[in-house]
Amino acid sequence: MHEMSIAQSILDIVTQEMEKNGLKRLIRVKVKHGALTNTVPEALETCFMALTAKTPMEDAIFEIEAIPAKYKCFSCGTEFTTEERGRLLIPCPSCGEDFGHTVLAGKELYIESIEAE
Amino acid sequence: MKVSVVRNVLEANERLAQELKEVFAQRGILALNLMSSPGAGKTSLLERTLADLRDEFKMAVIEGDLQTDNDARRVAATGAQAVQINTEGGCHLNASMILEALKQIDMEGLDILFIENVGNLVCPAEFDVGEDYKVTLLSVTEGDDKPEKYPLMFNLSTASVLNKTDLLPYVDFSMESAMKHMRALNKDIEIFPTSCRTREGLDAWYDWLRSKRAGKKK
Repeated sequence: MHEMSIAQSILDIVTQEMEKNGLKRLIRVKVKHGALTNTVPEALETCFMALTAKTPMEDAIFEIEAIPAKYKCFSCGTEFTTEERGRLLIPCPSCGEDFGHTVLAGKELYIESIEAE
Repeated sequence: MKVSVVRNVLEANERLAQELKEVFAQRGILALNLMSSPGAGKTSLLERTLADLRDEFKMAVIEGDLQTDNDARRVAATGAQAVQINTEGGCHLNASMILEALKQIDMEGLDILFIENVGNLVCPAEFDVGEDYKVTLLSVTEGDDKPEKYPLMFNLSTASVLNKTDLLPYVDFSMESAMKHMRALNKDIEIFPTSCRTREGLDAWYDWLRSKRAGKKK
């Protein structure tokens, strides 16, 4: 359950950002995660809810959006994505090459924005 | 009020991992993060390596485990320094744990630090522990589809040890398929088919360690 460590890190960053901007009540936090990270969105949301229960953040909306995996073909250079969860490794749709694609996107895990007052 | 944050969730860990990298670089220590599912043979590989190369290198091990110090005791029996971290349920090691464990290690003249991560093919891949290289073990009893199912770990690993090859006659494991998927995820991955029981393939692994160690010299 590494989602608990990740949720704690999110909470730490949100707390810092709120203090920096003099904000007291969190309304929404928006997180983006790449399809290649081992993050289960439902588990992450549950962990965030568990950590914020009975705190001023408990009513905040936790929004999480996946970034599809995007590759560049090792052989022909075609860029392609795979959006299917659980099937992250596919041959190049253009030339069929199986191997060595460069990952262009899909490893991200970041907080995009918060809404607070 | 909407605040654009755009901050990496794991930035705190990455900052500490960077501190570790600087310590290892200054001292010329090769740091390896060993990852696998439980029972793939990380501790057996370490026992062999520490015993076989003990006249060549000064080595130490940080052992990550949910419970017990069984592995640290096995490793310490070879004469190497071993420090145990009990994560008490935590599924991976992170950089702050390594910084803490490092205080108990005599780094003077140390050549290689092995970090034996918690047995788990998922979470350890997410957390940089300041290592130079990630090494993933896979044993032939686990199924040749594991690289495809746990892509991140193999994608990030510089080397992979395919262990327990002595059991190949008894299991339905295709070396070709496992290696094909590893290379599809990571075309430059170095793959070492080994058996810690029969010692088959260990020399190639040792040569790789020697070459990586040479690359870290002060």
